[in-house]
Order: sequence, then C-alpha cells, then structure tokens
Amino acid sequence: MSNNTVIKQRSAESDTATPVIAVRGVTLRFGGLVCLSDVELTLNRGEILAVIGPNGAGKTSLFNSLTGVYVPQEGSITLNSANGSTHALLGQKTHVVNKLGLARTFQNIRLFGALTALENVKIAAETRQRTGPVSIMLGLPNARRAERASDRRAHNLMEFVGLGDKINELASSLSYGDQRRLEIARALATDPQVLLLDEPAAGTNPTEKLELAELIRHINAELGISVLLIEHDMRLVMSVAHRVTVLNFGKVIASGTTAEVQRDPAVVEAYLGAEMAAEMLDAQAQEEE
Amino acid sequence: MSSVTTKTREPEASFSATSLAKLRHKPWYKSDAFRRLVMCVLLGVLFTIMTGEQAGDDVFYSLNDSLTNWPWLGTWVAVAVGIWALITFHSYLLGNPALSPVHKVIKDATAEVKKVTPVLGRREVKWPLIIALVVVLALLPTWVSGFWNQVMVNEIAVYVLLAIGLNVVVGWAGLLDLGFIAFFAIGAYSAAYWTGKLPVSPPVELTPFLVIPVAVLTCLVAGVLLGAPTLRLRGDYLAIVTLGFHEIIYLLATNADEFTNGPAGVQGVPHPTLDLGFWSYEWTTTDLEQYWWMIMVIAGILIFLFLRLEHSKVGRAWTAIREDEVAAAANGVNTVKYKLMAFAIGASTSGIAGVVMASKVQFVSPASFELMFSVLVLAYVIFGGMGSIWGVMLGTAFLAWLPQILKDYVDEQDRHMYLGAILVIMMIFRPQGLIPSRRRKRELNLAKEGLGDADAMTEPVGGRVS
Ligand SMILES: Nc1ncnc2c1ncn2[C@@H]1O[C@H](COP(=O)(O)OP(=O)(O)OP(=O)(O)O)[C@@H](O)[C@H]1O
Ligand SMILES: [Mg+2]
Repeated sequence: MSNNTVIKQRSAESDTATPVIAVRGVTLRFGGLVCLSDVELTLNRGEILAVIGPNGAGKTSLFNSLTGVYVPQEGSITLNSANGSTHALLGQKTHVVNKLGLARTFQNIRLFGALTALENVKIAAETRQRTGPVSIMLGLPNARRAERASDRRAHNLMEFVGLGDKINELASSLSYGDQRRLEIARALATDPQVLLLDEPAAGTNPTEKLELAELIRHINAELGISVLLIEHDMRLVMSVAHRVTVLNFGKVIASGTTAEVQRDPAVVEAYLGAEMAAEMLDAQAQEEE
Repeated sequence: MSSVTTKTREPEASFSATSLAKLRHKPWYKSDAFRRLVMCVLLGVLFTIMTGEQAGDDVFYSLNDSLTNWPWLGTWVAVAVGIWALITFHSYLLGNPALSPVHKVIKDATAEVKKVTPVLGRREVKWPLIIALVVVLALLPTWVSGFWNQVMVNEIAVYVLLAIGLNVVVGWAGLLDLGFIAFFAIGAYSAAYWTGKLPVSPPVELTPFLVIPVAVLTCLVAGVLLGAPTLRLRGDYLAIVTLGFHEIIYLLATNADEFTNGPAGVQGVPHPTLDLGFWSYEWTTTDLEQYWWMIMVIAGILIFLFLRLEHSKVGRAWTAIREDEVAAAANGVNTVKYKLMAFAIGASTSGIAGVVMASKVQFVSPASFELMFSVLVLAYVIFGGMGSIWGVMLGTAFLAWLPQILKDYVDEQDRHMYLGAILVIMMIFRPQGLIPSRRRKRELNLAKEGLGDADAMTEPVGGRVS
C-alpha cells in the first residue's frame, strides 16, 4: 500500500535477541515513597513486551522515567539504536528522548483537544522536519514542500490506524477508542524505534479491543517497531505480547514468556491472587483452542 | 495494511463530548444569547452615563441626571439591543441558518471542523473587503483633523504594532509577558544611540530605517537572554520575571545618566529618511499622514509574515505547547525552543515599534516606558481576542481611541474608570475577546464543557502526572 512509501520498514525478525532498551537498577523515589526499586528490564528489538502489575505498581512511572518526564535517582537506561549507536536515556529531556526514537501514548489521553485529529498527527510529524521560522515566513519552496509532506504523512497514518474518515474532526470530539488510536498515530508520526503504550485498551469496548490487538501486531510486524505495552486486560496481553515483565510495589517480581510468567508461583500467589490467576488460565485456555 | 480495522462498529459505548454536551441541559438564563443581551444592555447603560451630564464631584447628581434622561437612555439601550440582535442573528443574515446561536456554542466545541467557509471568508467577498478596508484606512488621515491625526499615529498605530507583537507571545505561545514595554524601550534607546543622540556615541551613525534591523537584532538577543533561563518557568512565575526585567530596563534608563541622560531623556532623534537614488523622501513632524502610512506598511508586512507563521508547523507547535506541554514534548516538540522563538519574535516587534516611536516624537525618556503601558497593551490584546491578529488590532484601536473620544464627554479624571468598567463587563460576558481566534474559542468551549484547560497559563508546574 501507499503507506509503505512514508512509513519506514524495518526488519523485525533478523535480530530478535539484541536489546533495544536496557533498564538497569533503576530506582525512583518521591520523598520517602520508593516508586521504582532496582528495576531491571530488557526490551529486545522487534518484540512486544508487556509490563503488567496491580494499580500503583509503578508501571506509568517506569514509562515516565524512560521518556525523561521523571528522573530516577539511581540506575541506567540505555537505548541501542538500529544504526548501531548507543545512548544513555536517563536524565535526557523528553523531546530529546523522542528524537532518539522512543514515542509514547498516555494512560489518561493527552491529545491537543482544540486541534483537529489531523493537526494532532501533523504536529508530531513536523518535529522531524528542519524548516525554520524564516523560510516559513518567506514562504520558501522548502517550507511549502515540508508542509505538503507532513500533510501526506499524517493522512497515511490516520488511514493506517483506521481513522481515515475522521481527519477533520476535533480530537476532543472523538470516542475514547478513537482518541487512543489517534494518540498511537501521533506517536507513530515521529517515526520511532520503540513505541510505549500505556493502557491503550482502557475505556474501549470489546470490539475495539480486538481491533487494537490487531493494530499493535501490525505496528510490530509490518513497521518493525518494538513495543512496550502496559495493560490490565490479560486477554489482550496474552494475545499480543511475546514476553511479560511483572511489577509489584516498584519491584520486578517476574519476567519471561507469557507461559512462564503464568506458571510463576510468585506472580500467581504474591501478586495476582486467586481471581486473577483464574482469569489468566482462562485466557490461556482460549488461546490454545 | 489499511484493513487493520473492521469497519462494522457498534454504536459508541464510550462518552463523547457531544453526548456529554447533550446531557447537560442549559436553562434560558444561562444561554449565550441571554448573557450577550445582558452585556449589551449593561454597556448601553454605561455609555448613557458616560455621555450624560457630568457634574464634577457630585456623582449622584450625574447618575440621577443621566439615568432619568429617558430619551437618551432609551436610545443607547435600543442601540445596544440592535447590536445584540445583529450578533445573535447574523448567522441567519449571512445565510447559515442551520445553526441557531445557542446550539452553535456546543457545536463549535465538539463537532467536526467542517470546511464550510462563511460568507466573509469567501474569496470573492474577502478580497474586495480587505482592499476596501485598506483604502479607507489609507485615506483616513486625510479626512480627520490634526488632533486626530496625532492620536491615530501616537496612540493607536504604535500600540497596534505593539499588540501584534504581544499577540505572538501571549495569544499564540501562551506566555504571560508583563515586561513587553521593556523591549519597546530597548528599541527606542537603540534609535537614540545609533543616531548619535545619547551621551555615548556609536561606532557609526545610522538613519532610523537602518536602525530598525539593528534594533530587531538587539531585541532578539535581549529576548533570548531573558528567555533562555526563565522560559522553563510557567505562568505566574514567568510573569514576575518579565515584570522584574521591565523594572531593570526602566531603572537603567532612569538612573544610568551617563548613558541615557536619565529622566530628562534625549531630544532630537531624527526623522526617518528614505533615499532610493532616483527618489528620496524625508518624514517630518508636520506631515502626519506619512507616518500613518509608514506604520501601515510595517504592520501589513508583519501581519503577512505572522499569519504564515500561525498556519505553519510553528503555529501548531505553539498551540500544542499551550494546550499540553508534556504531550508536546513527548512527541518531539522542543518546547523551550518554540517559546524562545515566540518571545524573541514578540520582542523584536516591540523593538520596531520603539524605533518608529522614537523617530516620530524625536524624544526618548523613561516616562514613555512605565509599567502601565505593558499592562495596557496586555489589556488591549485580551480585550481584542488573544490569538487573533484582527481581533487584537480592532481591540487596540478601540481601546486606544476611546479615552480620546471620551475627552469630549466625561471629566478628565474619570476616563480610565469607564475604560475599566468596559473591560470588566467584557471579561465577564465575552472572555474570548472581540474577535476570538478559532483555536482559542474552541479551548474555552472545551473548558466550559469540562473537557479541557482553556488556559495553559494556569497549568501546574511540570504538567499533570499521567
Ligand atoms: N509525581 C509523583 N509524585 C508522587 N508520587 C507519585 C508520582 N507519580 C507516581 N507516584 C506514586 O508512585 C506509585 C506508582 O504510580 P504509577 O502511576 O506509576 O502506577 P501504575 O502502575 O501506573 O498504576 P495504574 O495501574 O493505576 O496506572 C503510586 O503510589 C503513585 O502514587
Ligand atoms: Mg499507570
């Protein structure tokens, strides 16, 4: 499809075992509250890693630490780019982290509500363009070209996430499901290597959840983007994630394939509780059918 | 690839803004049309008092006299109701009857942004209108008396330039700048310095027109120097810092006698001259129209450039920063860079106005740069409609003109009281300003529906925690 021309393809399968993001010994404190404690996490290139855990476990704080919104007191976060360079992410400014290739969505949707859906995506796409205010004010050809390019890219991405018919609607007038998709389109517009999704299925209906699972797989397989996924919906986690890392009270208590984690007694007993465990087994049974 | 989603979707279960708005029923006295009516009638009564008999110290006599002068009161209220009717039903007149004004507010906030161009926005209507307006404005100084010519240049045109600049900072980037006049001062003193009128002499003497780029550069640098360490601050903090900056510049101008000649100021800043070889021209104090036309050309160029900026990636980035700084940064927008850009662009516009003012009145002294003027320009911008160039120009022209026309009607010391009353009424009933910008209006409507923040200035430091 025409999308391929603008959305760069990356090979997803070739080097699955090389880490894109390595979180080592990260500790984040708010005064006396230890929000993340000695967290270790590895996201391999081309994989979908789910981060799960009960409310207040520190999942969102982990995302905020990765993207420079919070600065953990200890530890290191390393990004290994596709071009072979290595960057330390800890302490970097949010927009620099984004430029390096990490894009995210927010748990409580943070779109630019008074702008149209297309403009939301364009803003993100345009952060990758080099045109300055002078060439824009003088209407130089490169500024016009850039404007057309970002317009085209935004259109294609809206199409890709399935919002092709909502281009001129105000972001705030979309349904929750559509708003979450729009956030994903906006994040994709910055051409990331890693996409961080914070509870993308929250507040969406079952049909939308199925569509979302498919969208995440497409992003991963066709665009070759590694995905870090926070999600409470176990069915969704089990159906898309390659591996799972479990957080509880700011600590990683288990990490492994979905099957391994489900069998992990620490997870089942100390954290999931009987109810959740049953739900997980249920989900697993469905998968196997 | 585009078949990621199945198109058959059930009716939306989640809440959309439209459904929320529908759930909220508004009683008639809260409807926008009614609120507007109240505003218009109040303004009518205010104008009755303003134009009525003035009896010096005896306020109650004046009040009693004007408010019982039934024909006079009636006329003003009738005019007010007429204006209200025009505002409220103009959509019918302009052929868009589908939206009744009351429902329009909700629609504006939530509905699809349709590509329906209003009558005024159509090409064949818009351009003749703009040309007619420019012609009328250009001919205006030849129709009015010398006094009004003076007012038009000194009080209105210079402030319109300032407002166009401040609109970039406050209206578009959402930065509350209380020290805007400091850059005006820097521009004016640059003009005095580079034309050799300050006690310290410049390396080369320039003509006022050549000073303009130099002043722009100076203000850009000053704006960046002030902005770089402070633009990380938000809202109230930034306002205080800019206030402090203004005081520093003002006190420097007052006290650094050996550089600025102190409170006495400096005289004799030359008028601009233009020498194109085949044609040369010198501006003079007597030909006031010439200054009006010069400022019109400068303002025209600035408007042209700034409108391009607003509808480009820069304008969108400013809106993004204003609405949600964390989300903007998370999507790669370098927020400090864009804020600095707005700050510097506003500062240099202020500097241009400073040069123009200095060479027009040929005199520069600290008295022209008191804090009051910063506050006034800010009031003009908010009154006119932050973020809309046409709005801030109209607002500035109106508010700068009003005290002058009031001279004929009210006692000298009461003038600013009435100005204040008009501002208060406006802000209660029409906070978006005379001609609001479309984006700002949507933000306000979203805030009204509880769906967003209208004002980035009040957002918490560091952004909301997600
Ligand atoms: N800025 C902050 N200041 C103080 N405490 C914070 C801050 N951010 C997070 N916390 C605390 O850190 C802990 C982890 O919060 P976090 O939002 O990361 O949890 P979560 O795993 O995302 O939970 P949920 O599933 O509810 O989204 C909570 O106890 C929270 O109150
Ligand atoms: Mg969370």
